Amino acid sequence: MHAFLDKFLHIDRRYIFIAVAIGVVLPLIFPLKLKITTTPPVERVYREINALKPGTPVLVSVDYDPSTEPELSPMTVALLRQCFARKLPVIIMTLHPGGPGLALGISNKVAAETGAKEGEDYVFLGYKAGGSAVMLAFGRDIRLAYPYDYNGRPLDQLPMMRNIKNYDDIGMVVTISGSTFPDAWIAYAHERFGPKIAAGVTAVMAADYYPYLSTNQLVGLVGGLKGAAEYEKLINRPDRGHLGMDAQTIIHIFIILLILLGNVAYLITRARPARADAAPTGGA
Amino acid sequence: MHISMNIWVWVAAALTLCIYSFLYKDNPFYKFAEHLFVGVSAGYIMVMEFTNNIIPNLWNPLFVNHFDEKGRLVSCAFYQLFHDGRWNIGLLTLLPGLLGLMVLARLLPKVGWVSRWPLAFYFGAYQGLAIIGAMQAWVLAQVFGTLVTQGNPVFSLALFSTATQHPGWTTVVAAVSGPLMIVGVIATLTYFFFSTEHKGVVGGVAKVGIVYLMVGFGASFGYTVMARVSLLIGRIHFLLADWLGVVS
Repeated sequence: MHAFLDKFLHIDRRYIFIAVAIGVVLPLIFPLKLKITTTPPVERVYREINALKPGTPVLVSVDYDPSTEPELSPMTVALLRQCFARKLPVIIMTLHPGGPGLALGISNKVAAETGAKEGEDYVFLGYKAGGSAVMLAFGRDIRLAYPYDYNGRPLDQLPMMRNIKNYDDIGMVVTISGSTFPDAWIAYAHERFGPKIAAGVTAVMAADYYPYLSTNQLVGLVGGLKGAAEYEKLINRPDRGHLGMDAQTIIHIFIILLILLGNVAYLITRARPARADAAPTGGA
Repeated sequence: MHISMNIWVWVAAALTLCIYSFLYKDNPFYKFAEHLFVGVSAGYIMVMEFTNNIIPNLWNPLFVNHFDEKGRLVSCAFYQLFHDGRWNIGLLTLLPGLLGLMVLARLLPKVGWVSRWPLAFYFGAYQGLAIIGAMQAWVLAQVFGTLVTQGNPVFSLALFSTATQHPGWTTVVAAVSGPLMIVGVIATLTYFFFSTEHKGVVGGVAKVGIVYLMVGFGASFGYTVMARVSLLIGRIHFLLADWLGVVS
């Protein structure tokens, strides 16, 4: 028993890697279709978007790069699908230099699915450096930061942008980010100019943003691939989020078992020297 | 199985496998992929910043005649200087460009001190912009939220009364979560208060703070595991779906 526990505590980590790889590959090839339950933070984003009247613009800031694409792209796709289905004009932009390629690909893909037309149903503004400076400029006029769209067309020439000047004309801002852009959107946009802000973040960051939910500085929060899967369930369009949940569940169970076994093995092996010292050695 | 015929999918798959080869042990394939990633990322970001920032905000106003967003022809500064004999570009364009060039002085040790001026300007301006928003969003709103939530005080005798009259999971959680949060905030802040020794009452409160911190770190660790697994799932899905065509 102790020999086994010793071996377990010093197991070659490559065996664990192989087990994790199998745990990810098999559910992707043979889906288990486990049930997904939705949580209030994600439901709040869904309800807020649903509450907007058709024709109310939504600003979507795609502030992430390929390093966080697997977690954030599924929720971006789900969000755009809901906006286009509800006939909400979408202004898509990015404050991250690695974001334009991702944002353009996603917006073109979802627009092609739904028949949305660029310039009429959505606008892609592209990347602008400055972060908080852009957010502050939007409070006066979007054209101060983005006089042209990504294709070089002046915003005034786009039918969708004719009646949109600043935050007062936008129903909601959704920032999807793998870094601290949501903090800046809250501090510079929401606190100063008042637009509603919702955030989609990686799972690592989600725990840090719950305080903003409690204070209603965020109207909702979508966290990680699980959040994306919940959003897909709410809009009734299972996609990559749903696909990843089976593998996620199996790996989480595996890791929990490893942690429990590791702690038990450690406690048992740690107690062993004390018992060995206390045991009588036998007389000579 | 429908293997991709796109060369770039194959390149991405090969680089993915090169990176994952590190899990076995360090090797030249991993090193190559890592260095390639760093170089391509740096080059891509430099090009993005150059074309989206320097060209429209500095180069064009100085050297290129162009049309503005209203379709009017705008002559560049040097055209106007040589053609019309007048300098028509303001400090708002030149000064940031000059400050940006001064930052590059950091690369030369003898004049590296020059870069401190634009950095000082940048930090000062940013702090001025940030202080109000940061205080409002990250301090005052959070202090308010600790004491009041959804318009009701977090410590409410009415909630306790409801919990005792109608005991249940929801009513009990609603009653105790507010006081628990206030205790947690005070205890955690006490742990980080080092102006007095953590003995006696202060030490006891700090220990409670440690418990709250550990719970928070545990939640953060769990989320981190979830995030890393999600990234792995994304990459494996790319290999199985986009590269090998084994899954849809």
